[in-house]
Amino acid sequence: MNIDIGDFEQFKVIKLLGEVDLHNSREVKNTILDYVEKQCHILVDFSELDYIDSSGMATLVEAFNRSKTKNVDFHIVGAKGAPLQVLKLTRLDSIFSLLDSIEQATDQ
Amino acid sequence: MTQAIISISDLNTHYGDRQVLFDVNLDVQPGEIMVIMGGSGSGKSTLLKHLLALKKPSQGKIAVDGQDIGTISSKNLRELRKKMGVAFQGGALLSSLTVGENVRLPLEHNTNLDTQTIDIMVRLKLELMSLSGFENLMPAELSGGMLKRAGLARAVIMDPKILCFDEPSAGLDPVTSVELDELILKLREAMNMTMIIVTHELESAFKIADRIMVLFDGKVAMVGTPEEVRNSDDKRIQNLINRKSRDEEVDGDAYLKRLVTGD
Repeated sequence: MNIDIGDFEQFKVIKLLGEVDLHNSREVKNTILDYVEKQCHILVDFSELDYIDSSGMATLVEAFNRSKTKNVDFHIVGAKGAPLQVLKLTRLDSIFSLLDSIEQATDQ
Repeated sequence: MTQAIISISDLNTHYGDRQVLFDVNLDVQPGEIMVIMGGSGSGKSTLLKHLLALKKPSQGKIAVDGQDIGTISSKNLRELRKKMGVAFQGGALLSSLTVGENVRLPLEHNTNLDTQTIDIMVRLKLELMSLSGFENLMPAELSGGMLKRAGLARAVIMDPKILCFDEPSAGLDPVTSVELDELILKLREAMNMTMIIVTHELESAFKIADRIMVLFDGKVAMVGTPEEVRNSDDKRIQNLINRKSRDEEVDGDAYLKRLVTGD
């Protein structure tokens, strides 16, 4: 798994590449929470994410919940394939804001 | 065809002098739902025990995720078992722990995730099994169907590559049983889990299986798609499907000998 950090307009783009699982979900959590604490608006880019397990999903829930108390925007972008299936299976698609593309974030 | 995730070749097993599995061969592909069907005492559960390395083969070879179960080191076995989930027939929850504590147990033993992450993972799985709100109950306070689902929640808490499920729908009402079947299919679709499911509930087997292995008295009668099993002209398989009792020819001499000598 790799994490690429970029910028788009007012957002920090946190791109997850490869597989998020028990071994690296803590790293994902710490990275996202760091930016949330700095009150950055967040886009978590799933477009090159092949797999995310429930520890990864749980860390996203924690980060999303924190973003609400810090009053920052938090969107998941480009979810498809297995990660999208997991979002639907766990009904987290009803909690997260899911966007098709990064550009859509400015319309929100 | 991709590399099989489970490969059983020429497996023979004994309990003492009694042979319970005879020359069993089976390859299971990643993401496949393989249902093992057969009457009581046909060797289904023994086969599951082999896959979990709870029992070593008398003869033959079993490979799970590339590891030979017969010769695996205890360290590799520990790692392999982290990738395998098991849902036992009655749930097999620890009675002195709450439902939530039971479900989180594998994460606490095998990972160093934060408590809050574990809390959310447990609740995600309980939600998935329609058990939200039951986290703090004791197993004795749950119905049979709930126990089974709680057992399944614990079995999949580590997102295993391989799920072994012993009798998922036995003892459940028809609606709960259908819901469980649908959940099994959804789990496979979202997480691409390979599943070995032991059952003698035919309706459930035909609905969820990619392929079915039929065992009779420890011998493989056939391995095929639900369609192939349904159309089999093997009389014993038709009896199993049509719920007929076994009309076995009785060998009078052999019967007398069993009664008199016990052999």
